[in-house]
Amino acid sequence: MALQAIAFYLLAAVTIAAGFGVVSARNPVHSVLFLILAFFSAAGLFVLMGAEFLAMLLVVVYVGAVAVLFLFVVMMLDVDFAALRQGFARSMPLGALVAGILAFEMVAISAVVANRGAAAGSTGPKAASAEVPNAEAIGRVLYTDYVYFFQAAGLVLLVAMIGAIVLTLRHKPGVKRQVISDQVARTPESGMRVVSVKPGEGIQE
Amino acid sequence: MIIGLAHYLAVAAILFTIGVFGIFVNRKNIIVILMSIELILLAVNINFVAFSAYLHDVIGQIFAMFILTVAAAEAAVGLAILVTFFRNRGDIAVDDASVMKG
Repeated sequence: MALQAIAFYLLAAVTIAAGFGVVSARNPVHSVLFLILAFFSAAGLFVLMGAEFLAMLLVVVYVGAVAVLFLFVVMMLDVDFAALRQGFARSMPLGALVAGILAFEMVAISAVVANRGAAAGSTGPKAASAEVPNAEAIGRVLYTDYVYFFQAAGLVLLVAMIGAIVLTLRHKPGVKRQVISDQVARTPESGMRVVSVKPGEGIQE
Repeated sequence: MIIGLAHYLAVAAILFTIGVFGIFVNRKNIIVILMSIELILLAVNINFVAFSAYLHDVIGQIFAMFILTVAAAEAAVGLAILVTFFRNRGDIAVDDASVMKG
């Protein structure tokens, strides 16, 4: 149990420190790297709670896709990020005050919810049973009761994919492209010409 | 020292607050704002998984999965809009974004 507590405090501290790094790093590339660290340690917290499938999903989807997407965009855009940081110092004190009050309120409310709410008498996270692993437990519910929501999630991703392509696709004028129909419509008559060459003259053209 | 539900909820609350703080102080840098939104959604996910684990109910994890899906879609579309915006204006300062009002 002590080992679990040590792991929790370590992962929680790293998550929060990395989260703070995301919002306060000068270089946006560092922000993205802090974001990756935050997601990794949050995945560790998920494993501690017994949600291994969600933890792996977080690593694959966020670290593998979303964070890399952010990294691409940050490195692709040639922006003066120092200019974008104007006003950071000015809004810092008020922001810190609001954030402090918000954090205090939310921690207080969550303590009350944890001690008096529905989970008050809980005996801790459910131990992973050998018969029904976490991924199987999720699959049994997801593919039966929540199958329509699952399909709808797929549809959301499809729409997002099409939307992102439509937004970023652009046709440059003056770029030669392959025209399949012209290629298919080509016949020996249109593609070839028989020329009788006179000796010693060659072909003009 | 037993790690209870309150510990996980506290971590999620602090992470959520950091996300809000990030939106507050980086008002001009839309990339950091998007990353702050991802942090907020991560905090929400931690809450869902914590309640799911301590209430012995797997539905919370399924909901967290749907949040993950929507967050990924949101990041993709948001960054696509950002790239288009940058192409049209050559800058991503969002306080000039009011030109999009037309």
